[in-house]
Amino acid sequence: MKKQGFTFEKLKIASFDFTCCEGCQLQLTNKESTLTDFFELLDIRTFREISSEKYDDYDIALIEGSISRQDEVERLTTIRSQAKTLIAFGTCACFGGVNSLKNKFPLKEVVAEVYPDMPVETLLVRKVSDVVKVDLSIHGCPVNKEEVERILVNLVTGSQVSLPKYPVCVECKELLNTCLFELGEICLGPITRAGCNAVCTTGKTPCLGCRGPSEEINMPAFLELIKERKLSQNDFQEKITFYNAFEAFTSYEA
Amino acid sequence: MKRDYTLDIHHLTRVEGHANINITVKDGELIDARWAIVETPRFFEVMVKGMSAERVPFLTSRICGICSISHSLASIRALERAMKIDPPDAAEKIRCLAMHGETLQSHTLHLFFLIMPDFANTPSILPLIHSYPDVVRAGLQLKELGNEISLVTTGRCTHPVSLVVGGLSKAPEKQLLLKLRTMIRERKPALDTACAFFRSLTIPLFIRETEFISLFNGSSYPSIGGRLISTDGVDRDEDDYLSMTNEYTRDFSTSKFTKLSRASSVAGALARFNNNYDRLHPKAKEVAASFGLQPVSHNPFMNNIAQLVECVHILEDAEALINSLLNMELREIKTSYKLQQGSATGAVEAPRGILYHHMETDSEGKVVHADCVIPTTQNNANIYYDLQAITEQACYAGKSDREIEKLCEMVVRSYDPCISCSVH
Ligand code: SF4
Ligand code: SF4
Ligand code: SF4
Ligand SMILES: [Fe+2]
Repeated sequence: MKKQGFTFEKLKIASFDFTCCEGCQLQLTNKESTLTDFFELLDIRTFREISSEKYDDYDIALIEGSISRQDEVERLTTIRSQAKTLIAFGTCACFGGVNSLKNKFPLKEVVAEVYPDMPVETLLVRKVSDVVKVDLSIHGCPVNKEEVERILVNLVTGSQVSLPKYPVCVECKELLNTCLFELGEICLGPITRAGCNAVCTTGKTPCLGCRGPSEEINMPAFLELIKERKLSQNDFQEKITFYNAFEAFTSYEA
Repeated sequence: MKRDYTLDIHHLTRVEGHANINITVKDGELIDARWAIVETPRFFEVMVKGMSAERVPFLTSRICGICSISHSLASIRALERAMKIDPPDAAEKIRCLAMHGETLQSHTLHLFFLIMPDFANTPSILPLIHSYPDVVRAGLQLKELGNEISLVTTGRCTHPVSLVVGGLSKAPEKQLLLKLRTMIRERKPALDTACAFFRSLTIPLFIRETEFISLFNGSSYPSIGGRLISTDGVDRDEDDYLSMTNEYTRDFSTSKFTKLSRASSVAGALARFNNNYDRLHPKAKEVAASFGLQPVSHNPFMNNIAQLVECVHILEDAEALINSLLNMELREIKTSYKLQQGSATGAVEAPRGILYHHMETDSEGKVVHADCVIPTTQNNANIYYDLQAITEQACYAGKSDREIEKLCEMVVRSYDPCISCSVH
C-alpha cells in the first residue's frame, strides 16, 4: 500500500480482550477525525468487539485485560503461538490493573460474596507476562490513543518504539499545574512513567500510577518526601496498590 | 413444519464482552434458546471493600470502558447520599452534561459500529467507510462530539478524571464550553444525515410484551437520580432498588438475571422513552414520530431508534445546559464534607439503562459493603425470552437457518448489551 510517497505493508493485527472493562480497545475507535487513516494502516484480522470477521493469521496481537480464569490461560497461549509480536495493551494487561485488588481477599470469600448460591471459577489475577512472553507493553488505564497511533506507525515503518523514560511530573510541570503536594495530597507523578500528558493532575486529581514506574525512579527519595510532609501512610498504600503497577516496589514503607 | 434447527454461536461478535447463543429446535419444537454470558467476573463489589470513599469512583468507573462516567457518578451519588453531602448546583449541571457526552458516544458507537453492519450486510463498519462515506462520517462526527463533551466536562473521555465525591475537582473553562457549543451547533446536520439513513432501513417487527423500567423525576428526561418506575405501574424510592431488581443466578451465565412484575423486564433507551416521552425535547419527539415510534413500544428493535431519538434530545439539552453554565460562576464546584457512617443507593440512567450502586460507609468513610446492579443484567432475562419467542416465530414463518441466525444476533444486539460491565 502507498501513502504520502511511502510504500508500506499494512499491519496484520488482531485484538483480544480478557478480564477487563474493554476501555483500552474502545480507544481504538476514538480520535474519530483521524480514524479512517488509522484503519488504513491496519489489516484487522480479528477484533470481535467491532467485527464479525475472524482469521487466525496475524502478526501482531493486542492483548487487553488481565488473566483470571483457566480458559483465558489457554486462549492466551494459543494467541501467543500464532502472533509474531504480542503486545500487552493497557494497564490490566501490563500489570494486572485494578482487577488485582481482588487478590487482597481469599478467593473463596470473593466468590461467596458475589455468587453465594453458585460455583464460579476464578483464579488470582495475573498480568499477561506472568503467563506468556510479552514483546511490547503499552501502558495506561486507558491507553492513550495518540501513543498507540505512534507505536503502530513505528511498527509499520519498522522503526524503534520508544516510550518516555521520565516521570509524569515533567509533563505536569510543563503544563504549569499547581503541584498537588503543595495542596497536601500524595501524588504518584514523581515515580510514574509519563506519556499521558499528566491528564489526572491537570484535572486536579492525584496520579495513581497507572503507567507504572518510570525508568528514572527514585523510590527512596519519594518515600522520604511523604515522611517529611507527614502525609498519610494509608493513603499512600491505597494509591500505590491501586493498579498493581508498583508490585516490585510495594515492600517499601513510607 | 417439523424442522430441526441448532444454532451455536460462540462469543457473539459486535457486542461488548463474551457471550454465547445456543438454540435447539427438534421436530418443530423449541427445546432451548439460551443467552449464555461466559465473561470472566472481576468482583468489584469485593474490591471496593475497605477503600476510601474518595477513591471509590476511580475504581468503579473501571467496571466499564464505555459507560465509565455513569459508574463513577452512580458511586458518587450513593456515597454523597450516604454521607449527606450536597454537591453545588454548577457541579450537578456539569455532571448532567458529562452524562450526555457519554450517552452520545455510546449510542453512536452502537448505531454505527455495532448494528449498521447488520443492515448493510457487512461484517463491520470498515467496508462502509467506502460504500456509505457520508453516513459513516456523520456517525464519526457525532461520536467525536460525545467524546469531546466528556473530555471538556470530566478531563478525559474514558475514565473520568475530575468527577469526585462532593462535586468536581476542576470546572471546565468557559472558553472550552463556548467551543463545545459551537461544535454542537455545527454537528446537528450530521444527526439529520444519520436520521435520514436510519429512516431508509427496514426495522424488523417483533413484539413480545414486557415491562420497561427507568428513572423518573417528573420535570426532565431522566439522568441522575429520581424515582424508580415501570410501565406496569411500579413507583418506588431510589433506595428501594432491591425490590426493583430481585437478582438471581442461572448456572449457564456469569451475569445475573433480574425480574420485577413479570418473568422479565427491560432497561435502556426504549424504557426511558416509554416512561418519559413527555419530557423529551420537541425535536426529539418529531424524529420519533418520523419513525412511527410512540410509547409504549414493545419492539426491542425500536431500541435502536429510541437511541437515535435520545441523540436528538441530547444535542438540544446539552446546548441548553451549556447556555446556563455560561451564565453561572463556575467557582463553587465542590462541597467540603465530613466522612461519616451511612448507606444509600445512587441510581443513574447509563446509556444502556438504569444503573444502581449501593454503598455503605463506616465512620471513616471507608466502604464496608457495596452492591452494583448493571443495566445489561436487568435485560438478560428479556433477551433470554426474546430469543425463544423470535426463534419460534421465525421457525413457524419458515425462515431459513441463516435468516434465523441473523435475527437472533440482531435482537440481542438491539439491547446493546454491555457484557463485561454486567459481569463486574
Ligand atoms: S487498563 Fe483500564 S481501561 Fe484498559 S481495560 Fe483495564 S481497566 Fe479498562
Ligand atoms: S501534581 Fe503530581 S505530577 Fe504534578 S508536579 Fe506534583 S507530584 Fe508531579
Ligand atoms: S496521571 Fe498517572 S494515573 Fe493518570 S493517566 Fe497519567 S500515569 Fe495514569
Ligand atoms: Fe452486582
